[in-house]
Amino acid sequence: MRASVNLRASAAVGGIRTLLARRLFNPARLGGLTWATVRAVLVAGISFVVVFPLLVRMTLALRAVEDMMDLTVNWVPRNFTVVNFQIAMKHMGYLKSATITTAICSLLAAIEVAVCMMIGYGFARFSYPGSRFLFALVLLSLMVPPSVVMVPLFLNFRYFTVFGLLKEPGLNLIGTSWPLIMMALTGTAKKNGLFIYIVRQYFRGMAHELEEAAYVDGASPFRTFLSVMVPNAGPILMIVFLFSFVWHWNDLFYSDLFLRGITVLPLALQSLTERFAYSWSDPNIDGSHITLVSSAAMLLYIAPLLVLYGVLQRHFVESIEKTGIVG
Amino acid sequence: MKTGRLLPRLSLNSQRSLMGFVFTCPFAIGFALFLLYPFVQSILFSFSELSLSPEGFTTSLVGLKNYHRVLFVDPRFRRVFVETIGGLLIDIPAVLMFSFFAATILNQKFKGRLLARIVFFLPVILGAEVFVQINQTEYMSQALGMASKGIVDMQQMKVIFGGTRATETVVEFLMDSINRIPQIIQASGIQILIFLAALQSIPASLYEAADVEGATGWESFWKITFPLMVPMFMVNIAYTVIDTFTSPSNRLMMYIKSSAWTGGGYGVSVAMAWFYFLALMLILGIAMAIVSRGVQYES
Repeated sequence: MRASVNLRASAAVGGIRTLLARRLFNPARLGGLTWATVRAVLVAGISFVVVFPLLVRMTLALRAVEDMMDLTVNWVPRNFTVVNFQIAMKHMGYLKSATITTAICSLLAAIEVAVCMMIGYGFARFSYPGSRFLFALVLLSLMVPPSVVMVPLFLNFRYFTVFGLLKEPGLNLIGTSWPLIMMALTGTAKKNGLFIYIVRQYFRGMAHELEEAAYVDGASPFRTFLSVMVPNAGPILMIVFLFSFVWHWNDLFYSDLFLRGITVLPLALQSLTERFAYSWSDPNIDGSHITLVSSAAMLLYIAPLLVLYGVLQRHFVESIEKTGIVG
Repeated sequence: MKTGRLLPRLSLNSQRSLMGFVFTCPFAIGFALFLLYPFVQSILFSFSELSLSPEGFTTSLVGLKNYHRVLFVDPRFRRVFVETIGGLLIDIPAVLMFSFFAATILNQKFKGRLLARIVFFLPVILGAEVFVQINQTEYMSQALGMASKGIVDMQQMKVIFGGTRATETVVEFLMDSINRIPQIIQASGIQILIFLAALQSIPASLYEAADVEGATGWESFWKITFPLMVPMFMVNIAYTVIDTFTSPSNRLMMYIKSSAWTGGGYGVSVAMAWFYFLALMLILGIAMAIVSRGVQYES
C-alpha cells in the first residue's frame, strides 16, 4: 500500500520534472505559462469583486437573527432559515409587484425595440435635409442629465394638457404608466439614444443587396424594413430588448418620478427598507433584522433578472460579437 | 410603388427623403415634446419661483435668486458638488483603463472564457439604483462591516504606514483609490462590451502579417491593437462621462432630486441641475479635445 503510494508519488514527481524541464527550457512557453497564470489570477480576482456583494447578501439572507450576534459565524450561517425571504415577500407584496413590474418593463421594452429599430433604420439608410442634425440631437439627448428636465417633465405630466390642446388643469398622468409609454413611443425614454445609435450602426453594416432586391420586386420601404431588415436583425433586437428591460427594471429615478402609487419593485424595495430603517413599530423585527430582510429583498429583486440573463447569456455574449456595435 | 400614386409625383430621391423622415419622425416629435420643451422650461424655471395648485402651476420671475441661493445659502451643495465631480474625475480614467484591459483579456482564448464574460457583464444587469440607497441607509451592516466594507482597512493601513502627515495623506489617497476598485468594475460593463466588439473587428490578417515579420505579442499589441482602438477610446470616454454624470445613483443627482421635493423647491433644484449640466459639458469638451489629438482615423 505504502509502496504503491510512493511509486505513484515518484512517478508524479518525475512527470512534473520533465514537464518543468520542457517548459523551463522553452522561453516562449514559459512566457505563455506565466501570462496564463497571471491572467487566471486577474480574472478570478475581478470575478470575485463582482460576485462578492452577491455572496454577502446571500449569506446574510439565509441566516437567523441569532447568527448576527454569534461571533463564530462569518460566512456559513449556523441556523439556516428562509424566514427573511418570507418577511421580505410579505412586506414587498412580492408576487404582485413583480408581476406589475414585469408587465410594465416588457411593454416598455417591446415598444422601445420597435421604435428604436425603426428610427435607427431611418438614420442608417435614408438621408434627407436635416437628417444629420437630427441624428446629432439623438446623441445630445443622451447627454442631458435627467435632473435638468426632471421638474418640467413632472409638471407637464402632472397637468397634462397635450401641450396646450386641453383646458388648463389638464389630466394628471402621474401615477400611471402613460408618461413612460409616451416617452418610449417617441424614442426619448431612458437611454434610448444609445439604442438608436447601436441599431443605426448595425443596419449600416448590413449589405444593401437584400434591400435592393426587395425594392426591385416592388416592396415599399416599410415592407422592406419589416420583412427583410427586421428578420436579419435578431442579435441587435435581443440586445436592445434585454438592455431596455433591465434598465427599466433597475430604474428608480423615473419610477419614483412618474409611477407614484404603482407598487413597482424598486418602489416596493425602497419603501420596505425605509419602513424598516425609520420605524420600529413592528415588535417582531429588531435592529439586526433589517439587514437580513433587506438582503433577502435585494436577492428577490434581482432574481428575475438573473434568470433572464441566465437564459439569454449565451446569445447575449455571442451577439455582441455579431452585431459589430462599433461598425 | 403605391405611395407614388397617392402622393403627387415625386422624384425617387425626394420619395426616399420623405420615407426617411417618416421613419425618424417619432424621435423628432419626442425630442421636441419631452426634451426641448422641458429644457427651455427648465431655463425659465431656474430664474423663477414655482407654486403648485390643483388647477395648475404658476411661475413668477425672481432673477438670479435661485442661483444665489444654490451657491451661497445652501449649506451642502458646494461640498457635494466638488466631492462628486472630484470623484468622477478619478473614476473616469480608471474605468477606461480597466475596461480596455478587461476587454483585451476577454478577447484572448482561454478555458472558462465564456464564464468570465458572463461574470464581467453581470454588473450591467445588477446595477439597481435602489441598492445604492439601501447601502447608504443600512447602518447595521456598516457597523458589522459586511456590506460596505472596503477591500482594505483604512485605519490599519494608516497605523502601519502613516508616520507623518505627508505619508498619511499619500496612504489615504492610495487606499481610497483601492477602495474604489469595486465601484470602477461595476461601472465598466458597457465599456468592456464596446472595446470587445471593436477588438473582434480587427482583421486577424494584420496579426498574422506581424507574426510572420517576427513581431512579439507585446509589439503587435502596441503597434496594431492600440492604434486601432484609439477611436474607441473617444466613444468610451463620451459614454463614461455621460453615464457616470447622468447616473441617478451619484450623490449629486440624488441631492438635486431630493431638494426638488423637500429642500429649496423646484426652482433651486433646477438651478443646481444647470450648474451640473454646465460642468458636464465642460469636462466632456476638455476630455474630447485631449483625446481627439491622439486619434488617427483609417484612410
